[in-house]
Amino acid sequence: MIKVKNLHKHFGGLAVLNGIDEHISQGEVVVIIGPSGSGKSTFLRCLNLLEDVTEGEIYVDDEQINTPKVNINVVRQKMGMVFQQFNLFPHLTIMDNITLAPVLLKKMTKAEAVKKGEELLERVNLAEKADAYPAQLSGGQKQRVAIARALAMNPEIMLFDEPTSALDPEMVGEVLDVMKDLAKSGMTMVIVTHEMGFAREVASRVLFIDQGVVMESGTPEEVFNHPRCDRAKLFLSKVL
Amino acid sequence: MTGMQQWFSRISDLFVKCFIRDDRYKLLLSGVGVTIKVSLLAVIIGILIGMLIALCNLSKNKFLKAVGGVYTDVIRGTPSVTQLMLIYFVIFATVNLPKWIIAAIAFGINSGAYVSEIIRGGILSVDHGQTEAGRSLGLNAFQTMTRIVIPQAVKNIFPALCNEFIVLIKETAIVGYVGLMDIQKAGDFIKSATFNAPMPLFGTAVIYYVLIKILTLTLRQVENHLRKSDVR
Repeated sequence: MIKVKNLHKHFGGLAVLNGIDEHISQGEVVVIIGPSGSGKSTFLRCLNLLEDVTEGEIYVDDEQINTPKVNINVVRQKMGMVFQQFNLFPHLTIMDNITLAPVLLKKMTKAEAVKKGEELLERVNLAEKADAYPAQLSGGQKQRVAIARALAMNPEIMLFDEPTSALDPEMVGEVLDVMKDLAKSGMTMVIVTHEMGFAREVASRVLFIDQGVVMESGTPEEVFNHPRCDRAKLFLSKVL
Repeated sequence: MTGMQQWFSRISDLFVKCFIRDDRYKLLLSGVGVTIKVSLLAVIIGILIGMLIALCNLSKNKFLKAVGGVYTDVIRGTPSVTQLMLIYFVIFATVNLPKWIIAAIAFGINSGAYVSEIIRGGILSVDHGQTEAGRSLGLNAFQTMTRIVIPQAVKNIFPALCNEFIVLIKETAIVGYVGLMDIQKAGDFIKSATFNAPMPLFGTAVIYYVLIKILTLTLRQVENHLRKSDVR
């Protein structure tokens, strides 16, 4: 579903990604862990080209997306993204946040989008907030709306960039629960997170990234209980 | 008669002489009309030019950036009276347009430079995460700008824009230089005709003040409406 070949990313003179090769199949829940500054968020943001790629190839559904020939806007419609800082549109109601893209991009009529929006808000337990504005919601509620907003486009893949890192501790659970449900429903997910318990429970595969390369890749059992490289051992000894 | 009464009767005589006799109030009223006409058209031109120049300044194209930079630089670096006279007596010297329209164009060109900086700042003040969220949903750059960034920028820049309009209205008090009879010029005319300075000049000040007070109150209503989504 997503294929990454020899991905390099430099910010000016700083090399953040140093050759990543990865294959993510349909239905996989890939959790990316690693120390801060290791390049894991940059890797995720390269997958939908929010960061342009310095070198290498990225394929989505066997189509190379980092070439000028491809209309990236169409590719992004297949890939939902959830941000650490939620990034809800503060000038729109919750319902309008969800329906804006599907209606504007002519994926649905307004009525269809509203119906879909109601279903999604039901799913994230926020049906009563449809007419509220983002400023009236708690962090956990905002992030659940952000997930619903991304799902409204019926994406094939969902990308999560540290979705619980900006939340108060008591709100982390409600967001992780929504993500667990999503994983159970068979959605292909790529998640950057520091929630190791969640990674262990939900991931079909865990990637440990450090210094811009994938150092470990395997089931949660393999990576958490039997890490092979020293850097992963050191990192896990600090966070587990 | 006591001194107080004498003073009052002198004032009311002056008032009648300056504003009532020979229908002088009509001169001031038509001056109000000229000021409003010129200001309104100038505001519209100013916003249009301001948006264009702001987009130039924000663009990645080096040529457009240079155009925007030079425009802002030249307009901010010269007095508006000079600009008004240059545009009226030189650039539009052979163009057959009503005086007030040429004046409005001059003020619009001037205001555009300031408005462009306000708009540029407003767009930059919207968090970059908003753009990323829009683009990640598949919206193109234009859709993200018009549906997500600009609506939020408008709210941020509204107070500064209102301030610019108020400055602009007062700035138009120099249109007398190109022979337009606005509020200021009408007051000046009455001063010459009556050989009395305080009454017509205070009158002029009061008229400007009331005009701007009405505008301020109206714009505040609009701003409250814009802030609806901030309610917690």
